[in-house]
Amino acid sequence: MTKPTAAEPADPSPGLLARARRRASSTIALTVALGAVGFGYAAIAPSSAAADQTPSADAQRGQQIYQTACITCHGRNLQGVPDRGPSLIGVGEAATYFQVATGRMPAAAQGSQIPAKPPQYTEEQVNQIAGYVQSVGGGPQVPSGNLRDGDMALGGELFRLNCAQCHNFAGKGGALSSGKSAPGLGTSTDQVIYAAMLSGPENMPVFGDNNITPAEKRAIVSYVQTLKETKDPGGNGVGRLGPVPESIVLWVAGIGALMFAVLWIGAKS
Amino acid sequence: MTKPPASSTSPTGKAAANGAAPSAKAGRLATRANEADQRLTLASPIRRALNKVFPDHWSFMLGEVALYSFVILLLTGTYLTLFFDPSMAETKYSGSYDPLRGVEMSRAYSTTLDLSFDIRGGLIIRQIHHWAALIFVAAIMVHMLRVFFTGAFRRPRELNWLIGIGLLLLSLVEGFAGYSLPDDLLSGTGLRIASGIILSIPVIGTWLYFLVFNGDFPGTEILGRLYILHVLVIPALLLALIALHLGLVVKQKHSQYPGAGRTEKNVKGVRVMPLFAAKGGGLFMFVFGVTALLGGLSQVNPIWLYGPYAPADVSAGSQPDFYMWFLEGDTRIWPSWEFRGLGYTIPAVFFPTVVVPGLVFTIAAIYPWIEARLTKDRALHNLLQRPRDVPVRTALGAMALTWFLWMTVLGANDVWAKVFDISLNATIWIGRIGMLLLPPLAYWVAYRVSLGLERHDREVLEHGVETGIIKRLPTGEFIEIHQPLGPVDEHGHGQLEYAGAPVPKKVNKLGSTGRAIRGFFSPVEEPSEVAAVTGGNGDRAGQRELASQQQPE
Repeated sequence: MTKPTAAEPADPSPGLLARARRRASSTIALTVALGAVGFGYAAIAPSSAAADQTPSADAQRGQQIYQTACITCHGRNLQGVPDRGPSLIGVGEAATYFQVATGRMPAAAQGSQIPAKPPQYTEEQVNQIAGYVQSVGGGPQVPSGNLRDGDMALGGELFRLNCAQCHNFAGKGGALSSGKSAPGLGTSTDQVIYAAMLSGPENMPVFGDNNITPAEKRAIVSYVQTLKETKDPGGNGVGRLGPVPESIVLWVAGIGALMFAVLWIGAKS
Repeated sequence: MTKPPASSTSPTGKAAANGAAPSAKAGRLATRANEADQRLTLASPIRRALNKVFPDHWSFMLGEVALYSFVILLLTGTYLTLFFDPSMAETKYSGSYDPLRGVEMSRAYSTTLDLSFDIRGGLIIRQIHHWAALIFVAAIMVHMLRVFFTGAFRRPRELNWLIGIGLLLLSLVEGFAGYSLPDDLLSGTGLRIASGIILSIPVIGTWLYFLVFNGDFPGTEILGRLYILHVLVIPALLLALIALHLGLVVKQKHSQYPGAGRTEKNVKGVRVMPLFAAKGGGLFMFVFGVTALLGGLSQVNPIWLYGPYAPADVSAGSQPDFYMWFLEGDTRIWPSWEFRGLGYTIPAVFFPTVVVPGLVFTIAAIYPWIEARLTKDRALHNLLQRPRDVPVRTALGAMALTWFLWMTVLGANDVWAKVFDISLNATIWIGRIGMLLLPPLAYWVAYRVSLGLERHDREVLEHGVETGIIKRLPTGEFIEIHQPLGPVDEHGHGQLEYAGAPVPKKVNKLGSTGRAIRGFFSPVEEPSEVAAVTGGNGDRAGQRELASQQQPE
């Protein structure tokens, strides 16, 4: 620490009084500030190297929510609690945002996977919690700004290669093993999709920025969101789930109508 | 025609005599018809054809649905061939569907996209084609069930049953080849599965695979080959077999249900002209209307959502069209039993995808002979059977149908797992246990229900129809009065034999409580409703009108 050296007495040279006074006052200010940081550092987070700056007001509010809603399973210092919840050190803003904004966290119960539900916190509160987790352990962050300004064709190719095997060709989701499932992307916002790629929640792999670059991520977001907004040119999309709903339409509406026709003609002749 | 030319003069004279009187126009028509007949001598065979009698029953129109959807398939398919190119050459899409513009894809896929987005009427014709294909296979299956459960496959119609099995198999292959053509992600996945199935065949698998694909998957040949199969070879075979199928129906006469005046030696029904043709034409319009409505209102096979096929890609929820699900299902629940020996490996997929369907279709094909051997019934049958009268066959059919439906359901187990939030692993075990339990259960239920219905028919013949009139005997006992259907013996038991036809179970059917009118869905039986339908309040005029309406029945 630089405190002892910074606390040296100032040089009292008479011709340079004004400069010396200025220097002395800035030295004192620095000393006080550094002292405060040092003591604060020692008091708040003695083991964390990331805490050498004062948490923002938002992060402090996030901390309050954390201590109300998350601390039971993730621990006082985000270190996790065995058999309840994992450590959040290093998961970053992205993972926290994804989990809380989609209502998965706070979880109602343990299960094969934590289901999404209506979010328990406002967007502002979610960002506060995420900011707190970020301030403690660092980690990946969702960039701000327009997340869908990527190349849609590229996004489609990447989506089919990396995402469609679980989330389905139209982002409708799909079953995974042992009660797990990949959710549909119908209600996912740009930030949620981006955060999911960055953080790899549940069974999903992490698609880090070295794996899929931010530009490619924005391309994927662009493809997924455009597909959702595109109308079905062929009529009712029957869930966009492929041959399963189509077959139900076939047997109920198609063969149903034709059986009606056959019975009708048969009865009338 | 071997008739001497002299005989053709008699129609000529008749036509001239007829034509002169009513109008000049009819006369001209008759003259032209006569001119044609003198050259082609068609009058006699056409008269024979138009006078052909077909028995009248709703269940005889199920095969017609398949026939009409086949006609729609030929018409719409021809339109599609004008714009579709089955080439696997790489191209960059530049059509009007934004999310795929600039993507590398095959010509086959890009021309299908063009068909869907840039060619006038392309999408609806494509969708009508797909829906008509689904209806075609579904109608074949329903028709086949009718033929099976009524015993229409018995001697002399075993050959037509075989042809029908051939038609079903060909239509499955035709459907597969068809939905593989657009080269989208889903069809490519199906093709990959097909290649895996071919490779799993012991000894010849690899050779067969290279014969079909001519190179590593997917190669550059397969779509062109499937295309020629889809638009020429299989349709030609289907057409030939359909012609044979219908020719045999004409030659052997259509079977009919037992009933008043119907014997093994006659056919009671309506002539081709005008009634049967009107019914058939009406049904064709229905089929066309339903496929057009579906094609216009309900999206099918949205290949632009699937994206182009790349061997590294696959989508969750990849299902084939419904008629392939039973193979999908039995493959999904099959244990991973792999056999190794003598330097060869038989992979697990070989059993559910080759052995099981092979057995299923072989048993189905030879069923007429199996039944003839077991029942020792080798007589000619033109009268059909009611399913209840052959409980073992009905039960076997129910068992097979249950197996098929259960496998079909399991073919989409991942979708059910997702939609109903069941563990995917659990659906596999539900499927395995269900496959062992459900078919025997269906056999037992169908057998007992058949016997119950059969016994109830006998009971009504013996004791009469329940009248709903309860009588109290002097001893205090309550009895229900039964109306005998015919003469009774000294014990009050009916003398009528069961004739294989429906037995009346309600007094109305006997005409005892006033006439029942055939309603739209169910008979109109309440006297007030009958009056409303006939217009008169049960007066004699109304009754007479009713009676005359009922007469042809």
